[in-house]
Amino acid sequence: MSKPSSPIDFGAYPDARGHFGEFGGRFVSETLISALDELQEMYQRLKDDADFQAAFDYDLAHYVGRPSPLYLAERLTESAGGAKIWLKREDLNHTGAHKVNNTVGQALLAKHSGKKRVIAETGAGQHGVATATVAARLGLKCAVYMGAEDVKRQSPNVYRMKLLGAEVIPVESGSKTLKDAMNEAMRDWVTNVDDTFYIIGTVAGPHPYPQLVRDFNSIIGREARRQSLEQFGQLPDALVACVGGGSNAIGLFHPFLGDESVKMYGVEAGGDGVETGRHAAPLNDGVPGVLHGNRTYLMEDDDGQIIETHSVSAGLDYPGVGPEHAWLRDIGRVDYVAINDDEALNAFRKLTRTEGIIPALESSHAVAYGVKLAATMKPDQNIVVNLSGRGDKDIFTVAAIDGIEV
Amino acid sequence: MSELNNRIDRCFAKLRSEGRKALVTYIVAGDGGLENTVDLMHQLVASGSDLIELGVPFSDPMAEGPVIQKGHERALEQKASLRKCMELLKEFRSQDDETPVILMGYANPIEKMGAEAFADALKEAGGDGALTVDLPAEEAGPLNNLLQARDLRNIFLLTPTTSDARIAEITRLASGFVYYVSLKGVTGAGHLDLDSVRDNLARIRRHTDLPLCVGFGIKDGASAKAVSADGDGAVVGSVLVSAVGEAADGAAAKDRIGGIVAEMRAALDA
Repeated sequence: MSKPSSPIDFGAYPDARGHFGEFGGRFVSETLISALDELQEMYQRLKDDADFQAAFDYDLAHYVGRPSPLYLAERLTESAGGAKIWLKREDLNHTGAHKVNNTVGQALLAKHSGKKRVIAETGAGQHGVATATVAARLGLKCAVYMGAEDVKRQSPNVYRMKLLGAEVIPVESGSKTLKDAMNEAMRDWVTNVDDTFYIIGTVAGPHPYPQLVRDFNSIIGREARRQSLEQFGQLPDALVACVGGGSNAIGLFHPFLGDESVKMYGVEAGGDGVETGRHAAPLNDGVPGVLHGNRTYLMEDDDGQIIETHSVSAGLDYPGVGPEHAWLRDIGRVDYVAINDDEALNAFRKLTRTEGIIPALESSHAVAYGVKLAATMKPDQNIVVNLSGRGDKDIFTVAAIDGIEV
Repeated sequence: MSELNNRIDRCFAKLRSEGRKALVTYIVAGDGGLENTVDLMHQLVASGSDLIELGVPFSDPMAEGPVIQKGHERALEQKASLRKCMELLKEFRSQDDETPVILMGYANPIEKMGAEAFADALKEAGGDGALTVDLPAEEAGPLNNLLQARDLRNIFLLTPTTSDARIAEITRLASGFVYYVSLKGVTGAGHLDLDSVRDNLARIRRHTDLPLCVGFGIKDGASAKAVSADGDGAVVGSVLVSAVGEAADGAAAKDRIGGIVAEMRAALDA
């Protein structure tokens, strides 16, 4: 699809049925429709409610620790040799990633719903930790579904969730990763829909989740916009963020979508290389289909079966992507690129050594592309790279790759 | 009357005239070996099944419990697919031109094939309808029109959480019969509440004359009999898929599902 000639009102999406162009919607079994209707109704009512917004802002400031800094990475910029690289420091949030913005918001919704139990799915564990955290704070029961494979490779976060009082349920079906955790969480929700609030961790799933997760994470972009104007006196020339489901990316991008001068790059997990088929880059090498309650780009075979993905980063190891990204791809507003495992690992090491910041492997994909992009741009230009999370959880993965016993 | 061109409509008309309840049975295509599926289908009919739901395996069957999910996984190991389902259906039709067969599965394999190609293939293979678990009324329009245009039926789910307004909307789109999901949960769950089934069937009945079949949580003749008392039939799946999964070979699977279905048939007719 080519770029439309008249400006798009990005704030008007999704439409009333939860669609972003041909993407999004609600593809779930009938049992869940009434719960989604209820959630949508509640969210529509609360999203413009001053008291609700004040409570959300209060939590972001005093519990999450916002605003997160916009940090000029001077040594990284120098090594890239081009545009200035600014890091939006979501890694400094409470619990160590952007995921907490959304869980604080959904926890407020859960409180309003009166439900006593929350569930979540998690890949790398950051969303699981963020959910277990807000559940502990509100005194809610919490169950987190996590692929058995991810339970193994993200043991620090599994332990954190348990410390926080959550039940971590390893999922043994399918590829034992994030998509299977999401299936299992949906099954739990269908069964316990009366007393359970499902806190989805990314901008995917049935309407209204892609919208509300986006809205809660848009604090990232709103802050980055204000900080850019304050700190370098203009809007950034480019934004870069990693995309698994895409919640940190949409959070950064959304408040800038109407600013035509701002280029945007979503970085998918290229795994062993998009050309090898062993990756998690549906926007680069996928087709539109239906999974987990929405129509979006998916990685699937000729029969429409979802195929196994591969990424060094458990948090990006997902065969789908949020429907708004699918739409932004097709209308040409955002460029979606891929960074391979080894490039991400190099960026992980580089940021650690040049700036003293250990990034999550997810964020390392964005850093890797930011460095590449900066080299093609001029020193008076500015790139904002979303540092979506910190890498403490990933040190064991990286150590194992490097043959180091921790 | 054009609607009686469809085997599902004919089947329910006949059952109603005989004062009998429908026994709808579900197995997963390819589960227990692709080469055995058609045999198993014939066995279901021989043992007393009125309609067959042939499960189309999907990698991510979100609405299924562990038993049917495993059935899907076994079937995928056998390389079962939507295309394969059409072939099996055609093979079944060569010997049985009367028993209605519905393909039951998830939206993505249909999306991949293309809705129009799917509707054409289903018609050509001798299918009578489709049930797409994750295609609720809001999203079902285009496929529904394609199926209706070919005199194929579209089976919708109604659940204890479906509002009256939605029942009205869904029954307006639905054809063939309505599948009432007896409980909040996934397939194979075991907490059947008969009072709630009765109340909800009465609620649905105010909106439609379509036959109402009740599924989820039906394990044996007694539960089949109980749920169909206020409806037009019972749908049974997990116990059959479990039997296929546990059987040592095709012959054993045939024996076991035959026994289960015959027991249910006897209970329904008693």
